Amino acid sequence: MYKITEKKNLGNQIIQIDVHAPSIASKALAGQFIIVRQDEFAERIPLTIADYNREKGTITLVFQAVGFSTQALMTLSEGNTILDVVGPLGMPTEIEQYGTVVCIGGGVGIAPVYPIAKALKAAGNRVIAIIGARNEELLFLEKEMASVSDVCYIATDDGSVGVKGFVTDLLQEVIQKESIDHLWAIGPMVMMKAVSETTRPFNIKTTVSLNPIMVDGTGMCGGCRVQIGTDTKFACVDGPEFDGHLVDFDLAMRRAAVYKEDEKKAVEQHECKCGGAGLCQH
Amino acid sequence: MSALKRTRMAMPVQDPERRRSNFSEVALGYTAEMAKEEASRCLDCKNPKCVSGCPVGVDIPGFIKAIVADDMSSAIEVLMRKNNLPAICGRVCPQESQCEAQCILGIKGEPVAIGRLERYTADWNLKQPAKTWTAETVSHKRVAVVGAGPAGLTAAADLAKRGHDVTVFEALHAPGGVLMYGIPEFRLPKAIVQKEIDMIKSLGVKIEVNAVIGKSSSVDELLDDGFDAVFIGTGAGLPNFMGIDGENLNGIYAANEFLTRTNLMKAYDVNYHTPIKIGKRVAVIGAGNVAMDAARTALRLGAEESYIVYRRSEAEMPARHEEIEHAAEEGVKFLLLNSPIAYEGDAAGNLNQMILQRYELGEADASGRRKPIAIHGDTVTMPIDTVVVAIGQGPNPLVPQSTSGLDLTPKGNIVADENTGQTSRPGVFAGGDIVTGAATVILAMGAGKKSAEAIDAFLSNLSSL
Ligand SMILES: Cc1cc2nc3c(=O)[nH]c(=O)nc-3n(C[C@H](O)[C@H](O)[C@H](O)COP(=O)(O)OP(=O)(O)OC[C@H]3O[C@@H](n4cnc5c(N)ncnc54)[C@H](O)[C@@H]3O)c2cc1C
Ligand SMILES: Cc1cc2nc3c(=O)[nH]c(=O)nc-3n(C[C@H](O)[C@H](O)[C@H](O)COP(=O)(O)OP(=O)(O)OC[C@H]3O[C@@H](n4cnc5c(N)ncnc54)[C@H](O)[C@@H]3O)c2cc1C
Ligand code: SF4
Ligand code: SF4
Ligand code: FES
Repeated sequence: MYKITEKKNLGNQIIQIDVHAPSIASKALAGQFIIVRQDEFAERIPLTIADYNREKGTITLVFQAVGFSTQALMTLSEGNTILDVVGPLGMPTEIEQYGTVVCIGGGVGIAPVYPIAKALKAAGNRVIAIIGARNEELLFLEKEMASVSDVCYIATDDGSVGVKGFVTDLLQEVIQKESIDHLWAIGPMVMMKAVSETTRPFNIKTTVSLNPIMVDGTGMCGGCRVQIGTDTKFACVDGPEFDGHLVDFDLAMRRAAVYKEDEKKAVEQHECKCGGAGLCQH
Repeated sequence: MSALKRTRMAMPVQDPERRRSNFSEVALGYTAEMAKEEASRCLDCKNPKCVSGCPVGVDIPGFIKAIVADDMSSAIEVLMRKNNLPAICGRVCPQESQCEAQCILGIKGEPVAIGRLERYTADWNLKQPAKTWTAETVSHKRVAVVGAGPAGLTAAADLAKRGHDVTVFEALHAPGGVLMYGIPEFRLPKAIVQKEIDMIKSLGVKIEVNAVIGKSSSVDELLDDGFDAVFIGTGAGLPNFMGIDGENLNGIYAANEFLTRTNLMKAYDVNYHTPIKIGKRVAVIGAGNVAMDAARTALRLGAEESYIVYRRSEAEMPARHEEIEHAAEEGVKFLLLNSPIAYEGDAAGNLNQMILQRYELGEADASGRRKPIAIHGDTVTMPIDTVVVAIGQGPNPLVPQSTSGLDLTPKGNIVADENTGQTSRPGVFAGGDIVTGAATVILAMGAGKKSAEAIDAFLSNLSSL
């Protein structure tokens, strides 16, 4: 049992929780993730370790309630427990002194890119952060991102804060001004694809973090397979970070949608049975 | 020998028409009368050949004699001297190629149904009030066991019985290994696996779930943290794919994922939230136990048609005889001398057909089986909604890669002494599928037993230093 020690609502169905998991906190590195199983009946779902506090023995998770399992997780309060948390899983980000690096976070992807930016900064890189969201309300962690970067640009679709436009628009400008040694981009698949296409002509080493559907997270089931160049890789053990210029994003997007219909049904059925996700036993 | 005794007592089973749509156990087990009658067929041989066929050397005539004498507590006691998980072995051991293959009665008629009697004895025991064990001595030596499959659980139980302090680290949220996530409920009810695990826990074995060694901590760290020895039993959990076009389409599962979603995550039960996608027409590639389990599971999940697609012929199918028979009775169809060479899908990336290459059999190959040869140009397109790839598995690399000084085979299995499980690293032992490649439950248990003995010897050497 893993206790939720703190819970914050970041708006737009985005929730941040701190979970007491000392052994995971003691090992966690930027770029890694955990898998949670909320209760006996729940699925196992992967979430990135957005931050960790080794002294307190906690890890921070930021998730968007997009479907059945994340909506159920959202209903938990401080003091409640999660049945299973396993990790840290996946390969950590390769933190080195590259020189000038760019860290891009889009939407809920700002959370996982934050620890990477923080670690890259600590390793002595010049960190340029670019974060984006649909509007000001949906933006979060902007102070934290600013505190671990040398420059922090913001893009919103409606221009309510920062520049009006996409993170790729800001990236174009940065590419004109700076010589970039390495770039990380985490966010919706379409964003990571667009960023990879933006950097490709300039040969900027681009790392993206893929989030395929997973079960075990140990390389046992093969469900998380992704196509990287000509190879099939298992994102849970070989990734989740991959070279954005080699990722087959279209395939990854199609694979992420495999249970879409079933999941929609699950949410609908659930709502008519108990009036709200997670309020009933199951 | 009377004619009556030439044939064994039949096993009562659930009707195929009914069982193909439920997950309850197929084989129902002997009644007390049936068990006694079957047990009385055993000749109690002076030099029992059957025992030599059992990888853990169960005293077969010993426990069978006790059944005849109505002394079930002795029967279980004799059985469990060599076998910690009898309710499981009685159900899934390939008896026809092990103990029963050697039984003397097999020469002129049917061998004694040793497996069924073993199951009967174990099931009797599970209905008795749980016995509590106390180890005779307490060694204060700590052993870490990595992986809670049959190899790890057996090693843990034997070490605990010898008085050692044992902690098992398991990557998943439930112990049991393939017994829990792979072999389906209808062949091995999970409540039985759970009871056997509870029994092992009652020996004082601690089981830490959600502990992925190589990630949460490593073998090196376990040794640094005060464990005196480590046993690695992480199994063969790395699915093989064929590497053909379209294999990453939606609707194509590795058997591990298909079976894990159904068994461990209980996707067949509406109360559980893990989804599984099953189409009307399902093809399982391969013809081993794993493939039979997947094909029979597909029917139970609601597939209208379930095919075994295999590139050799019936004679070469590696699955247990009983599984093939049960599958056929339930309506699984066998598409032999065929193998997919490509998959195709719709615009959304969902599988909708596969291209099959036809084969014929040539000369026998190194394994003694006739080699399949592709018939040039003979291909056919088959509409299909779901494919389960069950063509074997390799060793999971997490532990081998994160442990220093461990010798590996070219395939990535851990090199370990056959009799002791000793690896190239002092204090580190290994056994089960991670050493042998995908094999059987009883072989994994046998390896766990041998290692427990060797680890016990290693630990007593430590204390005499
Ligand atoms: C390594 C990794 C790290 C992740 N980190 C985070 C994180 O930090 N925060 C966060 O909010 N989410 C993260 N995710 C995604 C998260 O696991 C999914 O959002 C979650 O499983 C959805 O479950 P659900 O039942 O709520 O939604 P579902 O009902 O299963 O799905 C709702 C919708 O989301 C789509 N979807 C489902 N699973 C995924 C997925 N894995 N990727 C993309 N789309 C999906 C479905 O097709 C559907 O349209 C991560 C995924 C991985 C693999
Ligand atoms: C579908 C299926 C059907 C089968 N049917 C039969 C049958 O009828 N009869 C028969 O005799 N055999 C059968 N087998 C084979 C048999 O199940 C295996 O040979 C046996 O389970 C091997 O035991 P093991 O202990 O070596 O490994 P496993 O049972 O694979 O257990 C290994 C355990 O280690 C855990 N693990 C892996 N990596 C780590 C890590 N890094 N840290 C912590 N834990 C880890 C795994 O999660 C797992 O729980 C079948 C196998 C399958 C897949
Ligand atoms: S353990 Fe398996 S091989 Fe040994 S006697 Fe029992 S059923 Fe036969
Ligand atoms: S060989 Fe057959 S008859 Fe002889 S002891 Fe073994 S089971 Fe009994
Ligand atoms: S999640 Fe099962 S192999 Fe990656």
